Amino acid sequence: MRTEPFTGPSGEHIPVARARHWGRLAAAAVVTAIAGWLVYLVVVNPRLDWGKVAEYLFNDRILAGIWVTIEISVLATVLGLVLGVVVAIMRLSHNPVLSGLATLYIWFFRGTPVLVQLIFWYNLAFLFPELVLKVPFTTIGVKWDTNLVMTGFTSAMLGLGLNLAAYFAETVRAGIQAVDHGQTEAAYALGMTPAKRMRVIVLPQALRIIIPPTGNEFISMLKTTSLVYVVAGHDLMTNASQIYKANNLIMELLIVASLWYMLMTAVATFLQGRLERRFGSEAVRLVRGGGLAARILPKAAA
Amino acid sequence: MKPVVHATGVRMGYGDTQVLNGVDFTVAPGEVSCVIGPSGSGKSTFLRCVNGLEQVLGGSLRVLDEEVGHSLREGRYRPWTPKEFAVFRQRIGMVFQRFNLFAHQSALENVACAPVHVLGVPADRARVTAMEHLDRVGLAAHAHKRPHQLSGGQQQRVAIARALAMSPELMLFDEPTSALDPELVDEVLEVMRGLAADGMTMVVVTHEIAFAREVGDRLAFFADGVVVESGPPAELLANPGHERTRAFLSSVLSSDNRS
Repeated sequence: MRTEPFTGPSGEHIPVARARHWGRLAAAAVVTAIAGWLVYLVVVNPRLDWGKVAEYLFNDRILAGIWVTIEISVLATVLGLVLGVVVAIMRLSHNPVLSGLATLYIWFFRGTPVLVQLIFWYNLAFLFPELVLKVPFTTIGVKWDTNLVMTGFTSAMLGLGLNLAAYFAETVRAGIQAVDHGQTEAAYALGMTPAKRMRVIVLPQALRIIIPPTGNEFISMLKTTSLVYVVAGHDLMTNASQIYKANNLIMELLIVASLWYMLMTAVATFLQGRLERRFGSEAVRLVRGGGLAARILPKAAA
Repeated sequence: MKPVVHATGVRMGYGDTQVLNGVDFTVAPGEVSCVIGPSGSGKSTFLRCVNGLEQVLGGSLRVLDEEVGHSLREGRYRPWTPKEFAVFRQRIGMVFQRFNLFAHQSALENVACAPVHVLGVPADRARVTAMEHLDRVGLAAHAHKRPHQLSGGQQQRVAIARALAMSPELMLFDEPTSALDPELVDEVLEVMRGLAADGMTMVVVTHEIAFAREVGDRLAFFADGVVVESGPPAELLANPGHERTRAFLSSVLSSDNRS
């Protein structure tokens, strides 16, 4: 927008008037009024006790729940990422049995609600009262009571991890397929086997494309862990719900839990931003080898 | 001496399209064979058959004393496993039109990659040898740079060094200068001249007629998936025996004069 004055015929300065955006002002006023009114209704609500929110914000059980939420999120994400890479490679395999099985896995875990999967793992004992790991046709091995193994924590980790693996496999597959086919040909021409080509040449480049979306997966996982409360995983949401079931301060504890979820998400978003700056733009340029943007804007890409 | 490449009646195609319709082609040890022809004539496809990147459907293609893709055992030709293809390709260097340098590695890592991961050479020794190869193509000063920081000509020279690092018995060049800006062509051709002078056996698919005339021992003209004619470059260029060769040469040479 121009602010520098014009010069008139006799050299005098003629100022530029500021443009008024009446439409914008009106829209902003209406939206602010509605949002402010809604916030006001909640904040000044006599049935909401803000003192209790402050009191429970640093409650021991809430803080313990936060740690469990972080633990489940991290472990389930790691499980999902590792398994996701395996499923993606199986899916891309020329072996029809492997790729068919991977497709079936992805279909099954994306096709059923994660809530159903969590309850399924938690109740695994109904199907298999004992988990047995032994050498076939011998008595050598170990066995566990399923109910002791499938605690809320392990079933949450397993359910969320296996579910993420199905989604992440598709991300990895896209990443692998985005690596230029010329890289594969060059690797073969140098005498690499298909497995070596994947490990040494393709995967390191695919990971650079895959890493930024993993941040999204983790942020989404932080909040999906709240479903764990159906299997009593002692995470943030489970503990908050147990407190409000005892004292009936439902809204107060939901606010406490939400504040912590928002803080965790904010931290994760910050870390994701750093991750993307480290890998994001550079990765895409490396893999795509410049491309259209680099040709049009060589300086911006360099 | 036994030929390094000996193709008789090689056929290849995808689905209903025939790409090679019976190619006869021979390369003797130490010879530089240049291949020219219109686009779609099958010359690149043939080159890719030589190191097994494409599968031959018929005829016989013997390279470095092996029938590419099959081994004769107990009276039957058995298809190679991926491992056998890999071992075979270790003996052949290939340079691509689009360089195909590994984008996540520096120039030095590109050159050292195959010796380390394929031959199992210790990393520090591979880096020393890789540096020598980079020096040979005049790029020792750029060893630490990533491919995207290098010009096209530099990338192609790194690609040649990368292929040489495996000490190949045969080098294949698939239009190595076609993707380069005109002023960068010479630096790549210069490296190839040096290789030819050192006695490397080379098959070069190219549009550089001058290079073929100067460096090539033989020149083959491809059209419609067959070798229309071949012979010493000077003779073939001065006296093409077929109408198709004449037409192709006149179109290529006239565009050369224009530029």
